[in-house]
Amino acid sequence: MLGGLALCKNIKQVRAVATVGATALMALAIYLVIAFLNLRAAGNDAEMLFTEGALTWFEPLNIKLALGVDGISVVMIVLSAFIVFAGVFASWKMDPLPKEFFMWFCLLSTGVFGFFISIDMFTMFMFYEVALIPMYLLIGVWGSGNKMYSAMKLTLMLMGGSAFLMLGILGIYYHSAPEGGQLTMNILEIAQNDAVPHSWQYFLFPMTFVGFGVLGAMFPFHTWSPDGHASAPTAVSMLHAGVLMKLGGYGCFRIAIFLMPFAANELAWIFLTLTGISVVYGAFSACVQTDLKYINAYSSVSHCGMVLFAILMLNTTAMTGAVLQMLSHGLMTALFFALIGMIYGRTHTRDIRKMGGLMRIMPFLGVGYVIAGLASLGLPGLSGFVAEMTIFVGSFQHADMFHRVFTIVACCSIVITAVYILRVVGKLLFGAVQDEHHKTLTDAEWHERLSTITLILAVAAIGCFPNFFSSIITEAAEPIMKLFA
Amino acid sequence: MDYSQFLYMPQELGLLIVFLFVFLFDTFLPKRYQSSLPVLTSVLFGIFTLCNYFMLSRGVAFNGMFENTAATFMIKVILNIGVLIVLIQSIKWANSEDMAVRRGEFYELLLLTVLGMYLMISARHFLLFVIGLETASLPLAALVAFHKKRYESHEAAAKYMFTAVFSSAIFLMGLSFVYGLYGSLYFNDIAYQVMNNTSAMLVVALAFVIAGIGFKLSLVPFHLWTADVYQGAPTPVTSYLSVISKGAAAFAFMVVLVQVFGAAYSKVWEWMLYAIIVLTITLGNLFAIRQRNIKRFLAFSSISQAGYIMLGVIGGNELGLASLMFYVLVYIFSNLAAFGVAFAIEQQSGKVSIDDYNGLYKTNPWLSFTMMLAMFSLAGIPPFAGFFSKFFIFASALECGETSIYILVLIALINTIISLYYYLLVVKAMFISPDECSIARFRSSCGERVAMIVCTFGVILTGIVSCIYTFLVEAAKDGMSMFGLLN
Repeated sequence: MLGGLALCKNIKQVRAVATVGATALMALAIYLVIAFLNLRAAGNDAEMLFTEGALTWFEPLNIKLALGVDGISVVMIVLSAFIVFAGVFASWKMDPLPKEFFMWFCLLSTGVFGFFISIDMFTMFMFYEVALIPMYLLIGVWGSGNKMYSAMKLTLMLMGGSAFLMLGILGIYYHSAPEGGQLTMNILEIAQNDAVPHSWQYFLFPMTFVGFGVLGAMFPFHTWSPDGHASAPTAVSMLHAGVLMKLGGYGCFRIAIFLMPFAANELAWIFLTLTGISVVYGAFSACVQTDLKYINAYSSVSHCGMVLFAILMLNTTAMTGAVLQMLSHGLMTALFFALIGMIYGRTHTRDIRKMGGLMRIMPFLGVGYVIAGLASLGLPGLSGFVAEMTIFVGSFQHADMFHRVFTIVACCSIVITAVYILRVVGKLLFGAVQDEHHKTLTDAEWHERLSTITLILAVAAIGCFPNFFSSIITEAAEPIMKLFA
Repeated sequence: MDYSQFLYMPQELGLLIVFLFVFLFDTFLPKRYQSSLPVLTSVLFGIFTLCNYFMLSRGVAFNGMFENTAATFMIKVILNIGVLIVLIQSIKWANSEDMAVRRGEFYELLLLTVLGMYLMISARHFLLFVIGLETASLPLAALVAFHKKRYESHEAAAKYMFTAVFSSAIFLMGLSFVYGLYGSLYFNDIAYQVMNNTSAMLVVALAFVIAGIGFKLSLVPFHLWTADVYQGAPTPVTSYLSVISKGAAAFAFMVVLVQVFGAAYSKVWEWMLYAIIVLTITLGNLFAIRQRNIKRFLAFSSISQAGYIMLGVIGGNELGLASLMFYVLVYIFSNLAAFGVAFAIEQQSGKVSIDDYNGLYKTNPWLSFTMMLAMFSLAGIPPFAGFFSKFFIFASALECGETSIYILVLIALINTIISLYYYLLVVKAMFISPDECSIARFRSSCGERVAMIVCTFGVILTGIVSCIYTFLVEAAKDGMSMFGLLN
């Protein structure tokens, strides 16, 4: 659980420390899962575990350093640990200023881990912003293409979201207890009190949902995402698409839906429409892009839209699907971006029109790309299928017209996904070699292979043993979704 | 007269002693030792700041004209820290040849203005308040004009002088209305009477009072002097102006509005302040975007920061007072860090444009690191102190729970995004811009480095070490309850 803080110490020397840190982090994350499961097996059925030892931080505002995890945050932490691990290896040859790069990278991951383990709104919000700001420099300094513009756009849009969020959080705080009660920032206590007046929920729910939705790339606030991802260096794209965008989804249900169920129920249709649009729109946009990173970024918009879409269905099955989708999308996008980074590092172009026949030249990367693509379009046996299946089953449980129509619309995105994935794979890997110069290129090196294999194994693990994950998640989703039963 | 009353003002006496020592040294020290004066002053002031720890005394003196509470004590300590940093920063500058004959004057005038601020903070009678206000602002005009050979400096001084005098006149005009209404200038008396009687005249009177102090705080629409003066004045004076005198004025403003005219809150001054805050934050930000001169840039950023500080006033509660003091403390650290870097670079190379900072990270990594921390803190990015101070000041404003305040805070929050943009522009110039840097690698002087290190630690630790804020809240509770309103 303290893995997030363990990373802070990495700010010393470059690769060795980063590797040790990332490995330790992964070990800690796995240990956390085991400890968590043991406790559950021992019959501890509290909503959050490891909650003891909250430290009072700012007494006047009743801010505590409260930590705790439930099934959902546990799997998110595992996901983050995997991607950080893979990210370190993917950016093995970071030039210039490797030290600074890893420093910011660590700060970013600290923010991510801190966010997932906090159950106090203030610390959660703080870690959220801690995770955002390194992005500016990571993209600005080490990025490519139109990096200054993208970095600024990304930072400002995300910070704009967090401005709404801050107001939302303060609003919740001041309505967190019944008249005369002790106000609190603790999410569990607020949910227990259930004291936010309905009229305020109408105001605060959109604030928080939009605040987190910006990070979850909800239409129409998704425009930072393609530019940002396209300009960011490989490891940052991986971490950003893989983990940071999940912060949005996680925050949406942990704060917006969990604390304000009434408004969530009433206003879900607005946001369902928006996320429905982002699912389909993202997929269509990906079809017409020619830059590999843009294709993948738009596909992220579509997939992350799916996460929010499923969360808003407000039932346990869809919720489980949403978290599975976060996991699956996180891993496979990270895989995608890692591979794209490696290909780009060799061919120095990301334009699919200028590449072709890479399968023969670099078979390892080619196979990796195919696997990632298949996972993305939902081939059974890989993670994408499990997640999307659960989501659609869950959302079709709603008997009314509105939900069903939207489910069907969202289902269409699977077909569109297949279109753009197959188009890229065909063009990039199997077509004729476009550039004679490409024939001299080499295949992946050991650190690249390690990074790729880790992610592929994780993707396959979810695909083959979905029960293990979904049981952990469902257990955590149930108490939240009980609010809507 | 009972002379033991003077013991109720230990900080003022201590400062006076420091001042006298500096004066004596300046006058009687043989010429070859003269150059040790800056260090000597800094050390003396440092000792005084440390001694403040033993100087907490609460009580009323001079028939209720002067009062010390935990809150006034704390704000004075906070200001002392700021003054100390400015003093350390300017050691090398004060030892430059140009300053040789006027070194003493610089320190004497500076310390005098601090004394004025002390009086203004502790005053419980408007006459004493005005005396403090004048003592705090008039010597500053001389300080602004300290660059004898630069005409900008003189222009700035003239501008500052006129606005200072003009705003004092307006303030006194307002006071005369108040006196006409209530027949007294004691804060206590006025506060009681305001509860029973809020006539239309009070609106006019308060408009004048707010305008008068608004000039000092450079709130929009009374901000027009700020950029020119900040640009023209010597940089140590600018940093002093932007944090110390602003912090003192903000505290005094809160005392006047909330404690004296608190009863007229919703009827009279809430909407005035509301409009002023919106204008100040927004215009300050919008103008800051276009500035290329680092000092003008910081001037406009400090205008909008003043707007945020005022959010504590509009909250009008203990939390507001505490958050205001906390904000001032954090602002002192972050702004002085920024000015410290700008000053070191200006001293070394004479460059003051943000464009000159392009690629600074490659030549001077530590300077750019400090500057980046300062910018992040000013923009309110965690884990730096600025984030905490912004969060608390918003929290205190929202405590009353009115919808209009929620809208105000939303406007302020949107403005933080605008401000983030221009703060990031500076970071971008230093870290991202590919150009070769026009500023060569250099070592800044010892004093500058010490000041920057102190500021950096302040920026990093003030927020995380939560007891500071908790302590300020305790002090603010004392400050609000000691006052006559609750008796």
